Amino acid sequence: MKVKYFAWVRERIGKAEETIEPPASVRTVDDLIKWLASRDEGYAYAFEKPRVIRAAIDHAHVKPDAAISGAREIAFFPPMTGG
Amino acid sequence: MTAHVTVRIQQADFDVAREIALLTRGRTDIGAVVTFSGICRGTEGGGEIAALALEHYPGMAEAEIERHAQEAMSRWPLQGLTVIHRFGRIEPGQNIVLVLTASQHRQAAFEAAEFLMDYLKTSAPFWKQEEGTKELKWIEARAHDDAAAARWTKS
Repeated sequence: MKVKYFAWVRERIGKAEETIEPPASVRTVDDLIKWLASRDEGYAYAFEKPRVIRAAIDHAHVKPDAAISGAREIAFFPPMTGG
Repeated sequence: MTAHVTVRIQQADFDVAREIALLTRGRTDIGAVVTFSGICRGTEGGGEIAALALEHYPGMAEAEIERHAQEAMSRWPLQGLTVIHRFGRIEPGQNIVLVLTASQHRQAAFEAAEFLMDYLKTSAPFWKQEEGTKELKWIEARAHDDAAAARWTKS
């Protein structure tokens, strides 16, 4: 699946998007955050406060317990500040 | 007459008068148009800023605003609405966002415009960075914006 990062999440990880293949044990958005955070320091820094991170699956907001199976694109970003 | 819903995400500026004219052109069933323009301030958090840099999530920004536009159309008797949100570098005094709502009577247009702005603030995937004299700094989300959006949630 494709993963996208925005704003300071993108800056901390050091890339805007990538394709990942998490193991089958990674079922929810929350699982995916934990799995990504364990990859390296940049990811750990980006996800150091997982409750602050917002997520979207296929362009729609989702909660941390949302299942990721079947997702084409998952995005992680800070709380939004548009308008 | 069919309702006119326009959602645009663009780097370029917009012309408020032109957008109102496009929304109301050829119609005699509109009695009220409410306009909200969000403009870049020259100060943020007490300090002067040179500009704002707006990042967005292409694809989702359009989809998210479209969802709220359709919800506004279903909740209020609107004749049409327009939402334009800019991205990129925006200097103090320049436009950031435009919401136009059109209805037969003013109340629906006022309420729908407020609803749309409250949701744009908290759920449209845009992030503002302030460009100070030396550095770029991400602007933090505000709790009162969450509270403003929450009051529209149907109980």
